[in-house]
Parts: sequence; C-alpha cells; structure tokens
Amino acid sequence: MAHWLQRKKNTLLWLALTAVIGGYLTYIQTSAKDKTPLLPGITTHGHYQIEMECSACHVNEKRENVFTSSGVSNAACNQCHGEDLTAFSDSHPVRKFRNPENAIFLEKIDAMSCVACHQEHNQKITQEMGVTIPNDYCAHCHEVTLESLDSHKELSFLSCATAGCHNFHDNMALAPSFLVKHYGERDILEAPVVPETNALQRWLDEGNKEREPVTAENADAPAAKLEIGTALHDWENSAHARAGVNCSDCHDDPKTGTWIEQPGMSFCMTCHETESVDFQKGKHGMRLAHVGLSPMKPSMARQPMHEIAAHAELSCNSCHDPHTVDRQFAAQEACMQCHADSHTLNYTNSKHYALWTAELAGGVKGSGVSCATCHMPRVERNGEIIVNHNQNANLTPNEKMLRNTCMECHGMQFAMDALSDHALIHNNFSGPPTKRHPGMGWAVDTAIAKGNEELAAIRKYLEAAVDENPEGLTPADSTPNRQTNITITQ
Amino acid sequence: MKILIILSTAAIVMASAINLTSCGGSAEAAAAGYNAEQVAEALYTVLKSDRKVYASKIVNRLVKEEGVIEAHEEWQENKALLLPAQFFREGAEEVDGAEKPFEFSYSLQSLWPLNFENAKKRTPAVMEGLAAVSDESSEFYGKKWVGEEELGGRKYFVGIYPDRAVAPACWDCHNHHDNRKEEYPEFKKNDVMGGIVIRIPKA
Repeated sequence: MAHWLQRKKNTLLWLALTAVIGGYLTYIQTSAKDKTPLLPGITTHGHYQIEMECSACHVNEKRENVFTSSGVSNAACNQCHGEDLTAFSDSHPVRKFRNPENAIFLEKIDAMSCVACHQEHNQKITQEMGVTIPNDYCAHCHEVTLESLDSHKELSFLSCATAGCHNFHDNMALAPSFLVKHYGERDILEAPVVPETNALQRWLDEGNKEREPVTAENADAPAAKLEIGTALHDWENSAHARAGVNCSDCHDDPKTGTWIEQPGMSFCMTCHETESVDFQKGKHGMRLAHVGLSPMKPSMARQPMHEIAAHAELSCNSCHDPHTVDRQFAAQEACMQCHADSHTLNYTNSKHYALWTAELAGGVKGSGVSCATCHMPRVERNGEIIVNHNQNANLTPNEKMLRNTCMECHGMQFAMDALSDHALIHNNFSGPPTKRHPGMGWAVDTAIAKGNEELAAIRKYLEAAVDENPEGLTPADSTPNRQTNITITQ
Repeated sequence: MKILIILSTAAIVMASAINLTSCGGSAEAAAAGYNAEQVAEALYTVLKSDRKVYASKIVNRLVKEEGVIEAHEEWQENKALLLPAQFFREGAEEVDGAEKPFEFSYSLQSLWPLNFENAKKRTPAVMEGLAAVSDESSEFYGKKWVGEEELGGRKYFVGIYPDRAVAPACWDCHNHHDNRKEEYPEFKKNDVMGGIVIRIPKA
C-alpha cells in the first residue's frame, strides 16, 4: 500500500488539488455571496457595477467561446451603448468599415469589433474611456490629417483623444465651425440661466388627463398610514399633490390593489419613464437594469464616499423623497450625502455654490449652479426640456459638458480652458482657469487664413483690449459678447 | 434627409436585386443569368441618377439658385445639407450596414481628391480604372472600366464608372476648395470629376 501510494504520489496530489480547486469554485458559484473570485481580472470603471452579471456582456451567440474577450459580440455592447452611439452619430460606426476598400486600415486596427479597443478585466492596459490599445490609435488611419493641417503638424497622435479635442465615437464636441461660432465670447455670458423643465406638461402631452390638486382631506391611504411621521404633511405640500397624485397612485399594487409600503422604481416609471430609463443608464442606476442585481450602494463605489452612507441603496427615492419631492434637495444635498471626493467637498467653496444659495434665497430661477446643473443637465429632447438622469452621459469624456452645460453660462474658450484644467476640476472651479486650450485658436487661425473677416475683426478687437489693459484684463474678459450681436467696427 | 438616404438605399437594393433571389455563392453565378458586371451596371444607373438628383435638384437648387440653405461639410453643426459626396457616402454606409440579398459595396473616388483620407483607399485597380475613365485619350473615357482585385484575402469584381459634373454646385465647390491642389484641372459642366467604384465579391 505504502509502495503504491509512493508510486501514485503525483497523481494523487494532482487529484487532490483538482478536487480542492473544483470544490472551491463550485462553492463560489453556487453558495458564496461574494462571487468576485470568479472574475478573470479587475473590471473597468464603466462596467464594475454589473460585473457579476456575466451574461450582460457574455451573450451566447453561437460563438466559439463567449468567455474570451473576442467572444463578446458587438451586439452585447450595443444593448447598452447602441442608443447613445446612434444619438450622437457615432463617427466610426462598424458599417463605415464594411466596404472592402478599408482593408488597408483593418490590417492595422480591427475597427469592426468593440472589444478590439475595449477589452475587459485587463486593468494593466486599461486607460480612460476603457480604451485598451495604445492612445495613438488615430495614427493607423489619419496620418494625412496631421500632415495636412498646419496647426496639427507638431502634434503627437498620443494627444488626439487625450487633450480634450477628439473622441473616436462622439467627435462633435469641438467641430471647427462650432469653435469659430463661439470665438470671442465673454467668460460669463449675460444673465445666464438654465432652461425650465416642463415634466408635467410633457406628461399631459402624452395624453394623460390633467387632475385637480389633492389635499390631506382627499388623501386615500389607509387611516393608519396617514398617521406615520410627516408623510401626509410633506405630500400635501408637494408637487405630487398639486398635480393630483394621490397616495394610492404610488402605494397601491395596480393588479391587486393592496398597499405597498415602499413602492419601487416601477411606480415612478408610470409617470416619469424618461427619467427612470435615463437613470438606469448611468452608474447610479445601471444595476437596476439587470434583474439579478441589487441596487447600487456607495460601499460598492470606487470613488470616495462618506462612510455613513455606505449602505444606502440607490433608487429614485435616494435623491427624491417621494413625499416632499424636493427637487432642490435632490439637486445638491442628495449628492453630497454620499460623495466625498475633492470635487464634491470643494463645491461649497465655489462660485457655483454661491449662485446656488443665492437662487435658493429668492434669486432668479435657474441662475444657481447645483451639482445637478452640470451633472444632470436640462437638455432638449424632441422639443421638450428634460433633466437627463444619466449623470454620466456628459462625462464621457468631459468635453461633452461644453454644449449642454458649461455654455449655458460661459463663453466657449473659458469653458474649454476650465474643463481641461484638472486642478480646477479638483477644487470645483474655485478660481479662473490657469491654462488656455489651444483648439479655438487653431480653428480661428485657419478661418482667418481662409479670409474670415468677422473673426479677424474680433481678434483685432481682443488684441487692442489687451494692449489697453495689459494687467487687469484677460482677452476673454474684454471680448464683446457675440450673443448680444454687438457690432464690431473694423 | 434620413428619408432620402433610406429611399435611395431601398431603390439601389431593389434595382439591383431584380431576379437575384439566390443568396448563396457569388453574384456572378446568381440566378437568371445576370453576371457581376451587369449587376454593377444596374447599380451604377441607380447611383448615378440619385447622385444627379441630389446634386442638381436639392443642393444646387436650394443653395445656388434659391439660397435658402447652406451645404456644409459639418452639416449637423450648421443645420445644413450634406455635401453631395457626403450624401453618397452616408448612403453607401447604410447599404454596408443593411441586410442584402448578396454582397456589394460602392464608393466615390477621384484622381483629384479633396478628401485625402478617402483617397488613401484607392487601390491599384481603382487608380487604373479612374485613369481610364477620366483620360480623354483613353478608350474608356466617360465609359466603364472593369477588372478584378483582391482585398483582405478575398477576390472582387471591381467596376469604375464615370462621375460627371452635373451642376454648378459641383464644379464651383471643387474648383475653389481649400484642399484643391494646383495641378488639379478646372472642372466645367459634364467633365469626369472622378469615378463610382462598385465591388462585388467573387465566389
């Protein structure tokens, strides 16, 4: 026996190891709460929230092996990203490369496959925007552009996508004609305010009937429920009561009519579908879009969060108390309950915060700048102004904030300078930008060289203003506001 | 604009799909006896017609004659019309992304390109074909040129068909474009400005 054991030692050792590893993996797969040991590597910032929902990406489409990187199909990516790619007219859609004449490019970079540039679980090579190929990827196809543009001749391909200018998919941010259209704007535009939302009107436009406001006397909750805390009082003074939304609208199960103590997002969606759908696209709500996942908690986040909020579950109610429906709280204090990064912590030192407190103290509506003003901007969609509840939508990358956020109040050059100034973002814009983004200058140089007299006159005006006030003014401070159509005398 | 692209795409697919109901194998061996060259010629007829209509009845009329809208390379930013070459390319990309009864693709190329990125895609066969249909001394001038080439490990029928200046908007833009090089010819009405390249894979 001993001899047999000695002879089979290696085999037995192998069997034992296999049994232990197999048992461990089976335990993780079937019983363990924490299944992260099954992950092949650290997931990117964009996907870690749903990393345990493997089938979100590894869709079985008769591929050889869906659990290899190349086994993840474009269709899987498009389930979540397709709509956005269409919305901003993806400048490099797969169909652009299907024509066989692109073979010379495809030999260098497989632009037909999402995972060719966006591998998952590979932290060592993952860069911003989840890109996992070297940052000079534009060089594969666009050498001619760099050579033919005087302004770009000295630039490195490493800077195309990292300097706040170009983006492989959404390349609209800094289109030359957009830049020159906004040349010469003041740092702060005249009387800046953000547009008013019209959620109730939108709801009515969808065919819903206008209701009479309801009061505490009409409240249709069971009597015992009306006694709990301040809910009745809060609700009576809320926009919900003014819009005729009674207790049963949110608390009654639509099928059985039984009272639901804590109605979930599906109830909010009855009236706020756009907002709820957007919410599930961002990092706050994306777990709710997957049936098998619990709501996101600050404890799961990779950004610094307050300890005290660690176990709060993110849903509509996290920011919007359903009884008070206090949008001002949701726009700022709700964010600061959880977020503890430097940008958030410095907010109360910023001019934006001063404007926000001034608005809350009775100032002009829409003149304050809360967290939501920038991160959940009011955008126009199909002629309606809505609050985009995907708070990540304009951060990918951050120059997407220019159009729908910064430029509501700031001139474009100032906004570009601020967004490309990392120290300024860190201290929550508690001072002027310290560097000038060169993109505007290049576009204006080119336009003037082509004979654009209006831009040449504006430049002359700016230069004269600086000469007159060499110490006290920056060019942008002294620029005529093009929004007010001030005529420039040549 | 989208409707125009869709209609144009539908017209192309319908015109070219006549009697080509079999999906397997090459178009050359397709049912009803139409070979790749004939299919390509049918496609060219549709493409040429759509291109002429867009350039003359939309761009030239609205921009040049009536002055009601601009045609601009950055058409989204400027709420403008697509340039005719962009319109053509958008349609080609729609076709590339669409379900089709058989594979084919098309593009616009020229010996005198304004879009240098696009010009890089000209293969030796395309250069030969462009020279043939653009050179007044060539037997193919203003006619079709056909050949074969291999791209990405696959063999293709390739046909080059003349693309002519049909409206002032065409030659005015090309003759005054910033990317125009000194050696480029001064275009006038009916000149061959480039070629429509149509590819159909061989078996």
